[in-house]
Amino acid sequence: MSTIYILWLRQIKKYFRSRSRIVGSLGQPLLFLVAFGFGFGSIYSRAGEGNYIQFLSPGIILMSVLFTAVFSGIDIIWDRQFGFLKETLVAPVSRMQIILGKTLGGSTVAVFQGIIVFALTLLLGFKPQGAGVILPAFLITFLVALLFTSLGTAIASTLEDMQGFQLIMNFLVMPTVFLSGAFFPLPDLPPAIAFITNINPLSYGVDGLRGVLTGIHQFGLGTDLLVISVITAILLFIGSFLFSRIEI
Amino acid sequence: MDINKNIIEVNNLVKKFKDFRAVDGISFNVKKGEIFAFLGPNGAGKSTTIKMLTTLLAPSEGKMLINGFDPVKDQDGVRHSFGIVFQDPSLDDDLTAFENMYFHAVLYKVDKNIRDSRIEELMKFVELWERRNDLVKTYSGGMKRRLEIARGLLHHPKVLFLDEPTLGLDPQTRNHTWSYIKNVNQKEGMTVFFTSHYMEEADKIADRIAIVDHGKIVAIGTSGELQKKTKTKSLEDAFLSLTGHEIREETVGGIDRLRQRSRIWRR
Repeated sequence: MSTIYILWLRQIKKYFRSRSRIVGSLGQPLLFLVAFGFGFGSIYSRAGEGNYIQFLSPGIILMSVLFTAVFSGIDIIWDRQFGFLKETLVAPVSRMQIILGKTLGGSTVAVFQGIIVFALTLLLGFKPQGAGVILPAFLITFLVALLFTSLGTAIASTLEDMQGFQLIMNFLVMPTVFLSGAFFPLPDLPPAIAFITNINPLSYGVDGLRGVLTGIHQFGLGTDLLVISVITAILLFIGSFLFSRIEI
Repeated sequence: MDINKNIIEVNNLVKKFKDFRAVDGISFNVKKGEIFAFLGPNGAGKSTTIKMLTTLLAPSEGKMLINGFDPVKDQDGVRHSFGIVFQDPSLDDDLTAFENMYFHAVLYKVDKNIRDSRIEELMKFVELWERRNDLVKTYSGGMKRRLEIARGLLHHPKVLFLDEPTLGLDPQTRNHTWSYIKNVNQKEGMTVFFTSHYMEEADKIADRIAIVDHGKIVAIGTSGELQKKTKTKSLEDAFLSLTGHEIREETVGGIDRLRQRSRIWRR
């Protein structure tokens, strides 16, 4: 337990110490909220879909959760390059505990980031259904954070350095965000796009959070939670397996 | 083989990377309380050997015992037995020196009641206690090294491994670092195993030296024994006579460039 705790604590400390990173990472969600939210807002309501900020906000919250989570997982590459990974790998503790602590720490940080962006959306006019939604919203956000931290961990365990980073950004992270229903409603999409959005775990996260916060549902909360939980479990398993095989 | 006398026993150790034999059948013993040096050029297999001894790499062949534990079968036993200072820094720059020490103490399950006092004792020993709350990124290379030595000693290891501990340090800091290491060896009777490609360090510090070249141990003995064996008057000449070449001085540029690049990336 103490091992998991200390690795978790390390992530938290590092996050709160890098204030410029926290502030910097708010730029993108803010830009998206303003540009898309207000830019497409009038077209969206003219199409009879209602308030676009209401629709968009949960997606933007989870987008920043996803970014923070994936990068927390990918931190392992930095730890490897700066040598700190060796310190943890020669310690008399199981690698499972190391990876669990690190993943939980990364997820916690991502949830924090989500909360900050949530506050931002409130400022821009987002109106959630009421205080009762906080707990389920929190749960969904945490699961999504856990899922994508595990994904980052799994990827980072197979990479030697940051060379593949751009590849991950362009071919995994960005498509996951844009083809998830974060920005547009999923019904009536062309079949190919519909297929991708249906196998994209973030679609279920966004749907779950949006459903809880605003009442707009596509898959249903039960399906959302089931899909996210299963994929999280699988990725956590793969991540720990790949991490346990790291040789230096 | 007597466990009470030999703290490290290595028998016919081999590490293959595909067809390349980085470590090619190495055997040696290190006695309790001894300062033992692996002297050889870069790429001789020194770091690879340390990685195998410290459970970071699995050997291809051969047997090892550290403090009576097998690094392949009983990793945790071995990991409790040694402290290590790696060739490159392995501190977390974004944490304070104290936090780095604390992190280590928790990972190694140092008793809660003595945790803080032990950290204080060691940080005073390496003269960093006054700066314990500074982030490590504000430390100089020499200070980082000292902190790593202190950290390596935190859990009362039986053996301290040092992989090129003075690489990239200026001569004065180098001497300073060695005086700490000597001090621990004498005071606590701790075994020290270090690798180096600095001739004079091995000569001055080590009780016994193994000369390593192309993954093999060419000779083992005290500096005097090696000189006697080769009928030479200095360790340097003995090395030349044994390996047929001088120790290659190598630029330390590669890894530093990598670090710089990743720092730029990080912003």
